Amino acid sequence: MNHAVVLAAAGELTSTSTGEAVTFWILAPVAVLAALAMILVRSAVHSALLLVANLFCVAVFYLLEQAPFLGFVQIIVYAGAIMVLFLFVLMLVGVDSSDSLVETIRGQRLGAVIFGLGFAGLLVFPIGSAIDGVHGKGLESANAGGNVQAIGRLLFSQYFFVFEAVSALLVVAAIGTMVLGHREREGGRINQREWMRRRFTEGRQATPLPGPGVFARHDSADTLGLLPGGGRASGIGGIAGTAPESPANGGPADDDDGSGSGPSGGGPSADDGQLGGDDAALAHVGKGEQR
Amino acid sequence: MNPANYLILAALLFTIGTAGVLIRRNAIVVFMSIELMLNAANLTLVTFSRIHGTLDGQVMAFFVMVVAAAEVVIGLAIILSIFRTRRSASVDDVNLLKY
Repeated sequence: MNHAVVLAAAGELTSTSTGEAVTFWILAPVAVLAALAMILVRSAVHSALLLVANLFCVAVFYLLEQAPFLGFVQIIVYAGAIMVLFLFVLMLVGVDSSDSLVETIRGQRLGAVIFGLGFAGLLVFPIGSAIDGVHGKGLESANAGGNVQAIGRLLFSQYFFVFEAVSALLVVAAIGTMVLGHREREGGRINQREWMRRRFTEGRQATPLPGPGVFARHDSADTLGLLPGGGRASGIGGIAGTAPESPANGGPADDDDGSGSGPSGGGPSADDGQLGGDDAALAHVGKGEQR
Repeated sequence: MNPANYLILAALLFTIGTAGVLIRRNAIVVFMSIELMLNAANLTLVTFSRIHGTLDGQVMAFFVMVVAAAEVVIGLAIILSIFRTRRSASVDDVNLLKY
């Protein structure tokens, strides 16, 4: 029986292994840098992706700290579900909604930086001096029958009422979200006759719009579509000759793209009145294409 | 390595989250900074759970995660409904209660 086993059995010491130290010293700078970059980059989508990187690092820390259940919950719930929710809302709100650089309160950013440095000093230095020589007991005995089983035993015995309260909280949150997201319908439901009447009296677009992914406003076969790179696709067959081809993208190499996007459409598509902000961008792109 | 080094890391992450809340004007990024702070608190709980040799800290961190999920859902719904009426996700534009 060696020294470490004796000490661990006595419940006094679990010094971390070399592998854990190496992983920590690699991932801790990554986590801090990802967090710093998250609050410093302009684009909100980049912030979200950097936060995902940070969450993955923290998940690995959980795994290192004998909390495998929490590590995987962190990846599944946080990096998966919650960040997808964030990205959904970002896309709904608009990805170009970057921060304004105007300070409402003068000197707020500088004050925030000074506050942050001071706060970090206040937290880090006392902790650094207090943890000197602390080694902890480790979770070998608590995790003996499996981490998930042990946590489940605690959840359903000692923390049972907290568990119930939290489940009630989740129900309240779900209902609250539905209430907040609900919009009353103004006026009655519009039937098909009224849709058609409105479509023709407004006189903007009589035919259905092309399906999603088609960058043409019109679904006629000789209407040009846009290639993913932004260039013009050539049309199909004999009609291709009528299309002015851009020097960069025109040519036989693009034929498969052109025939894919040219004649499509005619699928169910939204009426003009229902189209949201995406259609504005589509219209902007499509305007140049309509002849 | 001292296992309590995680505490210093968590303190740094918490501080960065606080600074993010103070610096950023986009409500969604402010929300992400709050998530960062919650994560730092969770890391502290898990580390203390290991130091004390009991699993209570991990159970607490689990509850924090659940509450954070509920909070994110409600907060994003509020941000969306504000965006619907004001066409902006900036926290500076929501100042009707100021005067």
